[in-house]
Amino acid sequence: MDLLTNYILHQADNALILGHRNSEWTGHGPILEQDIAISNIALDLIGQARNFYQFAAYRLNELSPSEKITEDDLAYLRDEHEFKNFVLVEQPNGDWANTILRQFYFSSYQLLLFRELSNSPYPELAAICEKSIKEIRYHVKWSSEWVIRLGDGTEESHGRMLNAMQNLNPWIAELFQPVDFDYEADETEAGILPEILKDEWYQRVNRILETATLPTISSEKKSMQLLSGKKGVHSEYLEPLLAEMQVLQRTYPGSQW
Amino acid sequence: MTKENIIEILSEVKDPEIPVLTISDLGILRSVKYADDFIQIQITPTYSGCPAMDMIQEDIRTELAKYGLQNVEIKQVLSPAWTSDWMTEDGKKKLQAYGIAAPAPHHCTHNGEDQPESCPLCHSQNIEMISRFGSTACKALYRCLDCREPFDYFKCH
Repeated sequence: MDLLTNYILHQADNALILGHRNSEWTGHGPILEQDIAISNIALDLIGQARNFYQFAAYRLNELSPSEKITEDDLAYLRDEHEFKNFVLVEQPNGDWANTILRQFYFSSYQLLLFRELSNSPYPELAAICEKSIKEIRYHVKWSSEWVIRLGDGTEESHGRMLNAMQNLNPWIAELFQPVDFDYEADETEAGILPEILKDEWYQRVNRILETATLPTISSEKKSMQLLSGKKGVHSEYLEPLLAEMQVLQRTYPGSQW
Repeated sequence: MTKENIIEILSEVKDPEIPVLTISDLGILRSVKYADDFIQIQITPTYSGCPAMDMIQEDIRTELAKYGLQNVEIKQVLSPAWTSDWMTEDGKKKLQAYGIAAPAPHHCTHNGEDQPESCPLCHSQNIEMISRFGSTACKALYRCLDCREPFDYFKCH
């Protein structure tokens, strides 16, 4: 599989896995309006995933015309080691604090990345990112407000935010670590190296954390992370997620609504 | 059968969620080409995950099939990105009459702070937001503090 297609699959997988995680809240949200909010966000993400998978499938079919790969094959028939999402987005939902913090970290990153990719010389990539950005701005706004609400809330909510930070902070470093397809994207100018987003991401995130009376995070902290979702080396949480998400299509291949 | 006929037929296809609006009112129908018995249609999705888009494609095929037109190709075009600015003035009026507040006029900054002008039912400006996320991706939920009715607001996008 060519590296640029992998770069696109990384975007698709991030959106699909996080969209799937968010959809696990549907029907279980803390209050009705938030159940609807997170379901809407899940829907946005799955829509973005579809656009990226369709583009990836198109590229794969161009490269090997004998295949006839669809977005569904890519989403439902790949195995754990083939998924290229960040380890951050496959983490289980946990409580509401954990969920909104995960969204905040990821959407803040996605906003900066897509802002750059909207200028990609690959028109399909630019088009998907330009379209998605409008929705991502809502995701950032919504999750930022929740970080502040819970961080600068009660003793309990503040404590839960601290727990969430402890859970999720270890997975931040991966956001800025390049792998082979990042270098390829940068060389061909289709995309960028993630490190260039690092300073601005930390600035924006810390500004909200400060307002939320939460401890800020340092970009200097060395990462202890041995896993690399982008290389297909995932945490123990992705396998059961995929088992659930893919079981229907794998049991009844080619099934449709 | 001319291209204009086809556009007229397609202008009847309704949004499945908001059945007073057609795909022309919404600015979803992007272009139509008709040559050698082959119809090529371009549509633009509103929100990335909008589930109505699949339904709309089905409805387009069904509508054209009624006139014996089956040689149809429908492509989703993502760029330039759909914006609520493409909703026609007529569409906005129909929306209000249906009880949904029309999107704030022209280029909002997408910081999520655009507001409806007034309650679509009693026209009071004494309104408050309940949630930025409503029953569909495109709508937010508001309440009128005068007539006390809730109403949907079609977000500026």
